[in-house]
Amino acid sequence: MSLGRRDFLGLAAASSVTLLAGKSLANEQQLPKECKDACAVLVDTAVCIGCRKCEWACNRQHNLSNQDMAAFDDKTIFKIQRRPDDKAYTVVNEFRDPSNPEKPYYTKVQCMHCLDPACVSACIVGALEKLPNGPVVYDAWKCIGCRYCIVACPFQIPAYEYDNALTPQVRKCTFCTERNLAEGNVPACVEACPNEALTFGTRDDLIGLAHARIKAYPDRYVDHVYGEHEVGGTSWMYLAPADFKNTELPELPPDRIPPNTENIQHAVFKWFVPPLALYGLLGLIMASKPDKENEQEAEK
Amino acid sequence: MSAHEIPVPIKQQYFTPGVKVVFAVFLAGAVGVAYRFLYGLGAVTNLDNGYGWGIWIAIDVSCGVALAAGGFTTAAIAEIFHKEKYHVITRPALLTAMLGYTFVGFGVMIDIGRWYNIWHPMLPDMWQGNSALFEVGICVMTYVTVLYFEFFPIVIERFKSRVNLPAIIAVLNKPIDGILHIADKVLRKIGWVFIIAGVVLSFAHQSSLGTLMVLVPTKMHPLWYTHLSPLLFLISAIAVGFPMVVFESILASRSFKLKPEVPILASLARYTPFLLGLYLALKIGDLTIREVWPYVFEFSTESWLFMAELVLGVIVPMIILSIRKYRRTVGGLFTGATLVIGGVVLNRIDVFLVAYKPLYQTKAYFPSIWEILVTAGCISALILLYRAFVMIFPVISQPEDEVAGRMDDTSVKANFSKAR
Ligand code: SF4
Ligand code: SF4
Repeated sequence: MSLGRRDFLGLAAASSVTLLAGKSLANEQQLPKECKDACAVLVDTAVCIGCRKCEWACNRQHNLSNQDMAAFDDKTIFKIQRRPDDKAYTVVNEFRDPSNPEKPYYTKVQCMHCLDPACVSACIVGALEKLPNGPVVYDAWKCIGCRYCIVACPFQIPAYEYDNALTPQVRKCTFCTERNLAEGNVPACVEACPNEALTFGTRDDLIGLAHARIKAYPDRYVDHVYGEHEVGGTSWMYLAPADFKNTELPELPPDRIPPNTENIQHAVFKWFVPPLALYGLLGLIMASKPDKENEQEAEK
Repeated sequence: MSAHEIPVPIKQQYFTPGVKVVFAVFLAGAVGVAYRFLYGLGAVTNLDNGYGWGIWIAIDVSCGVALAAGGFTTAAIAEIFHKEKYHVITRPALLTAMLGYTFVGFGVMIDIGRWYNIWHPMLPDMWQGNSALFEVGICVMTYVTVLYFEFFPIVIERFKSRVNLPAIIAVLNKPIDGILHIADKVLRKIGWVFIIAGVVLSFAHQSSLGTLMVLVPTKMHPLWYTHLSPLLFLISAIAVGFPMVVFESILASRSFKLKPEVPILASLARYTPFLLGLYLALKIGDLTIREVWPYVFEFSTESWLFMAELVLGVIVPMIILSIRKYRRTVGGLFTGATLVIGGVVLNRIDVFLVAYKPLYQTKAYFPSIWEILVTAGCISALILLYRAFVMIFPVISQPEDEVAGRMDDTSVKANFSKAR
């Protein structure tokens, strides 16, 4: 990637000092240090160099089986498109814009931490929960392992430990909620990114930043902040140099997903009135005089 | 129907060559179940992070629930609408429902990864009213319990005044008998509570099963993705209730060499064309409003399956069963009923498996041999238990004079004399 970082970030004007300290751009930019409300991350795929340090940091953070940092330099891994699974919560894939096939670009994928997550709506026991400050978290103790969350997620993110016979868990990115985001910490991947492709901050600020970058460099980005509107909005958002169709991120409508079923559920079971009404009606029919109509005649 | 009919336990040999085959399948399935519990879902199923659900959900659970609908539909017509002549078929239907739902529960246990947490949805602090699956789970659990209560009077009838425990525990005969008598009185009084509850709970979870895939708008084939799905599931479950009773009743009479109850079954099957017609009208309306007719005629796998569902599973049986001449023959009844059942099974498989398209899987899900064996094993176990139950309990009705005749020699008499 030939473009200088500084050119890119425009409005961000990052200072490299804090970069080394592992602080995110968000902090330097006067984004609130503590984002109790709606933490978010902006992934700039045009800046990402595909170094996969975020994968390494994620594996370390979550005690997943990891390799030496050097092993992540291996570019042959991009030959196949990988997906996050129960052993890796985030992966980086390489994509090419058909109109500019010489230049690859990279997309990190993980749970999008939807604003109105389908997985949370699906879960039979409330084992998945959207925290007010952004992360969608999982409680293995509650989980019964029905995998409805896997069926429901529009990004195909939750991964199941199918190989675990006794205590399988649903695995996915936790947004590093265990690092206590409210106290000024950033997710491990954001901290690890050497190129500031990942920006942590409040969702509103990041949307502003994303549009400002598009405006400042219209030839470097498509005019689309992925995740701003998809399925009602997500906490992780993306900028890309070419149409998102080239990447593995699915094309999704702006409508939130859960109302599809929740509206039905709530209409049918509102204060238990419809079931109770049905009960009463059937009770009345049953209590009324037995039907004397001689049906046998009809069929004889 | 000439003679009065009463339900009695069927006295015949349990194992026939056919039953032995079923037993073998059951054993194979049991091995599969053991394998799954020891080595986990990954070892036995073809599921992955794209296809979270396979045939254990699509067939064991969702078809299981639909095909057990004979229980609540016959209870409704015989007990709530007081069409007394159908009493002869309520017991077999109730037995199928009870066993069917027990196996649905068992199927869920096998399928979920943390099966020991299966009771979690009952804990109020884990109630998740937004989840259609929660709704299904809680209703099914309650309904199984209701079904046991509904079946209990049959157990009482069998053992009341006949409690005959062996040797040392024989002292318990009297107290247990006393308890049975009290239970009998109580259940006679409050039985209606359970009967109506059974119908309401069935309405609730049959429809909620249809709600499940409505949460997946972006991954469903347009032919099956509709907000009408809960209603379609409910109507098709009601529609398949009587055909299921017809199907089983004919099979049971064949197996036990009894005379099939053609007049009663034919009379029951009269309702089916109306219900199928309603279902068809809803389907057509739905396709039209959503403007997805082109998909029906694109002649892809999906469109063929969809057409098979509607033509073979709905339209053809609707015609067969509305013609009195066919409806009043065993062949016509059986064909019609089988087609309706096949249509519903195909529909459930279509909704849960065929219509569902994960984003990144290059190969479509197909069940592993173990998944198939476990499913077949569960169905076999259900058949074996059904056979055992109708031999132990008074479930299937037979003409009174025949029963009386047999009392002279067979074990029925022995049973009676023992009791005295
Ligand atoms: S991306 Fe999927 S798993 Fe993550 S919050 Fe959204 S619905 Fe849930
Ligand atoms: S698998 Fe666990 S987390 Fe996912 S929906 Fe089922 S109970 Fe909830």
